[in-house]
Order: sequence, then C-alpha cells, then structure tokens
Amino acid sequence: MVMTPEVLTLSEAPWLFTGVMLVKIIVAFVATLLIVAYATYAERKIIGRMQTRMGPNMTGPKGLLQPIADGLKLFFKEDIIPSQAHWFAFILAPMMILAPAFISISVIPFGGDLHFTYDGILYAVPMQITDLNIGVLFIVAMAGLGVYGIVLAGLASNSKYALLGGIRSTAQMISYELAVGLSIVAIFMLSETLSLRGIVAVQQQPLWGLESLSFIPNWYIFCQPLAFCLFVIGSMAEINRTPFDLPEAETELVSGFCTEYSAMKYALFFMAEYANMITVSAIATTLFLGGWGGPFYGWINFLIKVFAFMFFFIWIRATFPRLRYDQLMFLGWKIMLPLALVNIVITGIAILLW
Amino acid sequence: MAANTETMTINMGPQHPSTHGVLQLILELDGEIVVKATPHIGFLHRGIEKLSEHRTYHQTIPLTDRLDYLAPMSNNLGYVLAVEKLLGITDEIPERVQRIRVIMTELTRLKSHLVWLACHALDIGAMTVFLYCFRERECITDIYEKVSGARMTSNYFRVGGLADDLPDGLEGEIRTFAESIPAHVEEYEGLLTGNRIWQKRTIGVGEISAEAAIDIGITGPALRATGVDWDLRRDNPYSGYDDYEFEVPVRKGCDTFDRYRVRLDEMRQSALIIIQALDKLKPGPILADCPKVVLPPKKDVVNNIESLIHHFKIVTEGFKTEPGEIYQSVEAPKGELGFYLIADGSAYPFRMKIRPPSFVNLQGLPQMVEGKLLADVIAVIGTLDIVLGEIDR
Repeated sequence: MVMTPEVLTLSEAPWLFTGVMLVKIIVAFVATLLIVAYATYAERKIIGRMQTRMGPNMTGPKGLLQPIADGLKLFFKEDIIPSQAHWFAFILAPMMILAPAFISISVIPFGGDLHFTYDGILYAVPMQITDLNIGVLFIVAMAGLGVYGIVLAGLASNSKYALLGGIRSTAQMISYELAVGLSIVAIFMLSETLSLRGIVAVQQQPLWGLESLSFIPNWYIFCQPLAFCLFVIGSMAEINRTPFDLPEAETELVSGFCTEYSAMKYALFFMAEYANMITVSAIATTLFLGGWGGPFYGWINFLIKVFAFMFFFIWIRATFPRLRYDQLMFLGWKIMLPLALVNIVITGIAILLW
Repeated sequence: MAANTETMTINMGPQHPSTHGVLQLILELDGEIVVKATPHIGFLHRGIEKLSEHRTYHQTIPLTDRLDYLAPMSNNLGYVLAVEKLLGITDEIPERVQRIRVIMTELTRLKSHLVWLACHALDIGAMTVFLYCFRERECITDIYEKVSGARMTSNYFRVGGLADDLPDGLEGEIRTFAESIPAHVEEYEGLLTGNRIWQKRTIGVGEISAEAAIDIGITGPALRATGVDWDLRRDNPYSGYDDYEFEVPVRKGCDTFDRYRVRLDEMRQSALIIIQALDKLKPGPILADCPKVVLPPKKDVVNNIESLIHHFKIVTEGFKTEPGEIYQSVEAPKGELGFYLIADGSAYPFRMKIRPPSFVNLQGLPQMVEGKLLADVIAVIGTLDIVLGEIDR
C-alpha cells in the first residue's frame, strides 16, 4: 500500500515537530560552521596553488587542521577593548555582523522532501529550516542588517582608519544592495512567488516550458543572464570581497573597520565574511541555478553548486586588483542600477507578450 | 547655510602596511580627498654619511649595501666608481671586472624592479603578481648568494675590482635566467596591463609634468615617464656601458600607468644587456694592477716581501688618496645615485655626501597626491619606488 506522505505540522504532532526542527537547525548550523572553517582552508590552498606556493601544509595531514589551529589561537588571544572605544557597541558589533549571516541560511532549501515513518504515519519533512512565503525579502532584510555591524564597528572603535572603513562599507553596501535587490525582482516576476522553495520548484520545469527542451532545466540563469551577472557582481561588493574589498583594504586602511579588533571578536568578523560568502553562494544557487535540482541526490547538487560559486569568488580574488572608492560608486549607481532597471522593464514586456 | 565641515588629519605610517618601510605621511583628509600631504622622514637614519668619515675607503662598501637595500650592487658600484675616480684608476679596471659589474648591476635593476612591481601591485590589490615577482627575485638572490655569499647585502665590488670571480657554471645560470625574463614580464603584463581595473587605478593618477619633475630633480623611470629622455648609462657612460646596445624606454603619459610601463620595458632591456655582457665576457684578472690600492693575492703575501708589506699597509691603515673632490653618479634602478667625496689626503674621506634618488623623487609626492583620493596616495607611493634606507641613510 502506498501512503501519501503527510506534512509534519506543529498542531498535529508538536513534540515530533519540535524535535525535527531542532535537528534541522543544528545540522544546518554545524554544517555552515564547518564550511566556514574549511572555506578559509580552501581559499588559502587554492590561492596558494594559483600563486605557485603551497598554502598551509604543516598542521595535520596536508594542513587540514589549520582552520582549527587558527580558531584556537584566536580564542586564546587577549581580548583587547581600546580605552577610547565605546565598549558596549564595540562588543555588539561583531555579533551584529555574524548573526544575520547565519540567520539567512534558515530560509534556504537544501534539498527535496525527506520521508520517514513515525507511529504508522508517513511524514514528509522539507530540507529547509523554514519555508517563509517572503523568503527572498527576508534575505534582503538580513543583508541590510549586516551593514549595521560594520558601521557600528567603525564608529565604536574610535579610530580614524576604522571610521574610514566603516564609512566606505556603509556607502558600498547600501548602493550595491539596491542593484542586487532590483536584479532579483526580475526573478519574482517570472516565478510569481517569493518563497525560495517555490522558486526552486519553478526552475525544475523544462526550459521556457518547452517539452522539446526538457533535457535542460528552466534555471533562471538561462532566461535572466543579465540579472545573474548583476547579482553576482553586486554580491561580491556586498560581502566585501576583491575587487570590492575597500572597507578592509589592507594597504590603504590597515584593516578598515576591524583594525582595532583582536582575538575572538576579530574571529567573528572573519567568520562573518566567509559565512556571508556561503550565504550569497547559496542564494545565487537557489535563485539562478535551480537550487537542489541536478543529476545527483538533492543536497549534493546544492553543495556542488555552492562550492562552485565559492571557488569563483576565490579565483576572482587571486586575479583582480582593487577598485577605487569613486570608481566603485560609479559602477554601482551609474552602471549596475540602470542595467537592473532596464532588465526589469524587459522582463515585464516579455511576460506581457508571451 | 554652508555646512560646517572639518578636515581630518590622519597619520599614515610609520607603522602602516604600504608606506614601504617607515615613511610617515601626515594626511589632511576631507572625506576621502587628500587636502594636504606632508612626508616625514628620518625614522631609518643610521648616519651612513657620518660613519664613513671614520672608516677607510674599503670599509664603507658594506655600508652602501644598506642604502637602497633592494639594489645593493648599484650602490656598491656607485661608491666604488667614485673612489676609483678619486684615485685616478678608472682606466685601469680590467675588462672582465667591467663586464661582471654590468651583469650584476643589471641583475640588481631587475631585482629592484621586481620588488617594486610586486609591492606596487599588492598595494593596488593584485595579490598574485606579488608572488610571481618574488619567484623571479628568488633566482636573483640565489645568484647573489653564489657570487658574494649574501642574498641581500652583497658587498661584492671592491675598489679596483671584485671580491671574487664568478663561480663555475654561474654564467650559464645567469644566461638562462636573463633569457627567461621577457616571458615573465609578459606574464605580469597579462595580469595587469590590459586589466580594466588596473588601468582605472593607474591611468591619470599621480601626474607630474616634465617641467615640475625637472624642477624637483626627479630622475630614473619617474622622469622618463614624463617624456624626458635621460639615462646616465647612455648619456654619461661608466663601467663600459657604451659597449652595449640598448634602448632607453621613454613614455609621455606622466602618470602611474606610464611609469609602470617604463619600468617593465627597462626590465626587458636589462635582460638584453645581461645577455650581451655574457657574450662578451672573457677570462681575465678580476683586480686592477694597483698594488697600493688592491690587496695582493694570498699566495704572494706569504712568498713575497713586497706583497706582504702592501697587504699589511692596506689592511691596517687603508690606502691614501690625493686631496680633492669628485662626484660620480650611476643610473641606479630608482634614478640617479650620486656619491660626492671630499678627500683630505688621509685614508678616510673628509666628507661623503650621497645623492639618493628616492629622497629626491619623494619630494614630488605632495603635488602628485593633493586633491586626489586616499587610495591614490598608495598608488603614488608605490609608483615612486622609494626605499627608506636610501632616503634616511
């Protein structure tokens, strides 16, 4: 007898629901943390290879314990709060930058439904912590919150370099958020839903709804290439990676907004940077590359795509110099924003016509 | 109502990742725009000019290594040529010595330009070029180690010759390296020259006109990028440079991008000079035949009373020169490096004045950056190619 799976809800099975939810949160959180740790290792190894050097290779086999050693080192370092700093804001800032980066993960679908039987009933559990019907808006909101952490860090440090870094990143993140936000508007227009799960489901249909093209999935990268480019460039700016790493431009501003930070608080900034990289890769995968869809089992496809994005970000870092502040603003406001608007108009016309 | 704005003064350096050592810049910023830039120097002052007054002429050579520590052989050459001119033995230097000196100073030029390109690119954010350049620089330091025993402070040239001959097999190694340089320069160009971001960061940045450059006394690649065709190796040849065919790269852009291209072209020319010098290199003595100045071979010291006396005199009290004043300059990687010596007839110089190119070139910095953005300050410090060891002496 084939049973149709029932969706697990809070009202019907409260304890089971809570338990499953906790497991999902812990798995997602730990996996993200592990990926953060090993993203630093991967970055150092990959860039090392690109630059004809070894990368970490002394700590553990092939240097695999390096991220853990780094973490331990930062954990045991003296935690300095400069005497001129505003101590409360100074402590708050790293948390405010890390938390939104991790929270965004909660609405991202990693895979299809997971089925299991409990008490004779077959349940279906989505591999996603929560499927908000405004998932994309939530992510944009969280990205907006991330700016506060940087601004606060820059102000609270009471140091001129940190202040300059804070000002730079505020301007940068706000202007690029606009372009990123507008570039994904075109996606909602096509998918007619804001739920990330819904968007992935739409992308599993054949390309442009044509049965003859059924071997190619309807990934939005194919019908929205411009939006995809804008999103990727804008996200690089938003997560402060080369060539848009001005807020922490080492050679100009020492370390930018985290100049005065040390020990675990610095580690939080560091983790936030990589967590943001993962989040952005995950969002790009979900919105443009069909999420967990693909030849392998659900979440494996998802991870492959996310890692491909991260590799791309690392590769860019090894290749490009850094833009100047005014050039960055020019690119954001005068090139990317108009392009995003034009893309929305074109998409609108296309939807009306077909 | 006008807004009440204030400028912010920041201290860039001496502890800053991209002031190339211990340069301190007091920057007055209006937002990100530099209103005023004041370089403060002297954090690396070791009194090399004064120290030399209490050392024999030979004992000063190791001090010159520490002027521009990225180009030690050029400093050695400038000083050694100055002393030889003072002694009047310039024409007695053997041909092999001249050739090896040219090979070594051109290797130094490559070494200095490689470090310059590495740091300049890193300052602007291109990390990979940094490591590529240091890979090639490593070959040069290896060659240095083989000829002089030291990787950075070579102390290889002597008044009247060289400390030692080239070890066996090194000529081939230098040739292989010099032949590989054009391909490597091509590689750096592939990463930078056509890169839109690199062009945006360098074209039109740090402009200085030819007149202003000459007024300040800027020399070297920074001058040649303003369209002034002036290179001491060609226009006032020393050490047999008139024997080689090479071009002096000149460009007219006056900006950071053209200074970058001039230096890259110079690297190609240096490689050509090295290959020519290797072709013309013949076996021969590596010390001039001037027993009162040059230490005799160790074999003669123990067998020959004359040599023993010379050895004793030179080691204990150094050689004496005629009283007089001379100025000798060489085209160091960074510009005109001059040594001005006043001798009073003793074994010590009465006064030694060094004209370091970085010191003079740095004077152009304020007018190159004022009114520009903070990020341009970094590009300009990089493009001027300053070394604080030479500025502070």
